[in-house]
Amino acid sequence: MKLKGSDIMMECLLEQGVDTVFGYPGGTVINLYDSLYKYSDRINHILTAHEQGASHAADGYARSTGKVGVCIATSGPGATNLTTGIATAFMDSSPVVFFSCNVGEAYIGKDSFQECDTVGVTMPITKCNYLVTDINDLASIIRAAFAMARSGRPGPVVIDILTDITKAEAEYEYIPLEEHYKYGKLATLMKRPTHNLKPHEPEGDIDKLVEMINESKKPMIICGGGVVRARAHEELKTFAHLVDSPVAITVMGGGGFNGRDPLTTGMIGMHGSQASNMGIDSCDLLIAIGCRFAERVTLDVSQFARNAKIVQIDIDRSEIDKNVKTDHHIIGDCKRVLEIINRKLEQQDHSKWKEYVFSFPTETRYEEDGETLTPKQISDVASEILPQDTIVATDVGQHQMWAIQHFHYSYPGQLLTSGGFGAMGFGLGAAIGAQIGNPDKVVLHITGDGSFRMNCNELCTEEYYKLPIITLLYNNSALGMVRQWQTLMYDKRYSQTTLDRGPDFVKLAEAYGVSGIRVSTKEELRLALTAALKDVRENNKGCVIDCAIHANELVRPMVPGGRSITSFIVD
Amino acid sequence: MDNSEKRIHTLAVLVDNEAGVLSQVSRMFTRKGYNIESLAVGVTHDSTISRITIEVLTDLERAQLLCNQLRKLLPVHSVKLLNRDNSIKRELLLIKVATPDSAARNEVVQIANIFRANTIDVSTQSITLAVVGDNDKNSAIEEMLDHCNILELVRTGIVALERGMNTIDEDTKEKGEFDYGKNVL
Repeated sequence: MKLKGSDIMMECLLEQGVDTVFGYPGGTVINLYDSLYKYSDRINHILTAHEQGASHAADGYARSTGKVGVCIATSGPGATNLTTGIATAFMDSSPVVFFSCNVGEAYIGKDSFQECDTVGVTMPITKCNYLVTDINDLASIIRAAFAMARSGRPGPVVIDILTDITKAEAEYEYIPLEEHYKYGKLATLMKRPTHNLKPHEPEGDIDKLVEMINESKKPMIICGGGVVRARAHEELKTFAHLVDSPVAITVMGGGGFNGRDPLTTGMIGMHGSQASNMGIDSCDLLIAIGCRFAERVTLDVSQFARNAKIVQIDIDRSEIDKNVKTDHHIIGDCKRVLEIINRKLEQQDHSKWKEYVFSFPTETRYEEDGETLTPKQISDVASEILPQDTIVATDVGQHQMWAIQHFHYSYPGQLLTSGGFGAMGFGLGAAIGAQIGNPDKVVLHITGDGSFRMNCNELCTEEYYKLPIITLLYNNSALGMVRQWQTLMYDKRYSQTTLDRGPDFVKLAEAYGVSGIRVSTKEELRLALTAALKDVRENNKGCVIDCAIHANELVRPMVPGGRSITSFIVD
Repeated sequence: MDNSEKRIHTLAVLVDNEAGVLSQVSRMFTRKGYNIESLAVGVTHDSTISRITIEVLTDLERAQLLCNQLRKLLPVHSVKLLNRDNSIKRELLLIKVATPDSAARNEVVQIANIFRANTIDVSTQSITLAVVGDNDKNSAIEEMLDHCNILELVRTGIVALERGMNTIDEDTKEKGEFDYGKNVL
């Protein structure tokens, strides 16, 4: 049947099973929004306050549900406002398809109003991107884009459509999702003359790893973000218990291995626990699963796991030997790889080694004076009151590290955090996406006063769509993480990190129509959180709890960048 | 050889013959701040595939890292870091020299003969030569003509193939591993 370009796009979204999109209208996407109006019974559009909020929301939706997120923005500033969100999704391998429209064919390349080379701008921060200049390619490109976004190592894909194409007409034929690979661009990709179509069989590589495990006396496992993306938490649990090995978890790995499992040593790296970092330093076999050895994990690469043979399991071959030289690698989806290994492994016993690793603390203890609220107390109260499957979305900074160190995540998609890109302002958008994708779960947004100021405008989205998100604001009136570096490495010269200024976050929350309350003791927090949870359940109403903490609280332990992983400057 | 020693590395890259692919490939070099010493692009015997030959000055480890980052790109089919001893490299050099009189013209023609360069254009005031060779040969003719008045000079950039039966898209375990990550199903 003959359809307008914008209707073809809607049909293609339906083919993919998309029922929710995030975005913001504008001049060039007006036809898309006209079609969204027509398809509003089947596609739910969430209007945010800013395109950046929409981009993080689509990302948070994707991470928490495992589905592909969709986000729409107009040309020029609409598209550039997406870039922080695109880069965040790219660094953390989150599957999101971003749609933007560009100016018409007659105006492109002429510095027209709201024109921007979106494909050029987003090239370094996407898995791939497309400029649609021919209506007959539209459906084929959208089908390919979704396949790219979710296959292999997932990632963001940008489709920039000339605005003329959205109103031009073409023949559209419905193709079921499982047959997409037979047609158009995907068919070309499948039939590449140089492409090795034989499925890659890692059996031999797996046998070698099994041998290495049998020889190892002191094995250590790192759970990275790949475990979360592959949703291989069950397989990893079986694997870790068969190997009887301690498991360190990266920032992106949160939820890939149960934080309450007796085998976990907690976080690894710059703010990793002593148990994790000492374990890495002393192990004789390090098995890194879905982990790209970022410098916040390895610190001094030459000293990293210096006594160990290193094995990397990853879906992306270009990650092998990129940051850390490995002794062996297995390429594959870690769910599938672990399934095969688990069938071949015999139960190991490493009690003595575990005893050594767990002689170091897996979590930092903080002093309490009984009056001032501490970050650890906030996590304790939240864990005590909120359900165990609460989804946590964080911003970036000290509160992020505390949230990852002291909450225990048990399933993929439970922790949403900007680990690779470290984008402040990610949290609220991600929480919105997560709440829309998981209406039955409690969503907790953990933020700091610096991060929250960046994208708190999305409180209006939270209020409008009745998304009962609880925001825990770790308010130390400072840009805490940078201040921490200034404390420890810059002789306390607090250059531009003191945020002794507005707004009054309680009034701000109320102005947006959500509840706001300021607390400064554990007891006040307990009451506030209990009331907030009641409000979530009974009134679908969100709440901002402004928690006063001291600016001198440090994220502990800490290893400064470039030093060996056990050189803690604070423990 | 010391892996950290900087030298010219030649990369051969098979890519989709499509808009934007060259800029994706060249971006990998700018990102790391490498200058591309030579670049040649052209379609292969399969019209959907182009072959890019790139020369870059760096150490072996970084060259291998670059290859891996390129292999990851979706429009890239295969990448090979060509072994200097086992590959043939050629480029085409066009050089236009001012020849105000017959003595000058004769000298240029003589040099052209020595290098088996072709005279492809002559006018009363100038002569244009075409020569095919590797870097050394082309630099040598350039040097010989340096004292004449060179008006214009253009190089196509190095193109290279491996000797013998070796080809760029051989089915190796490593290639299978990279292809696995690009499987779209």
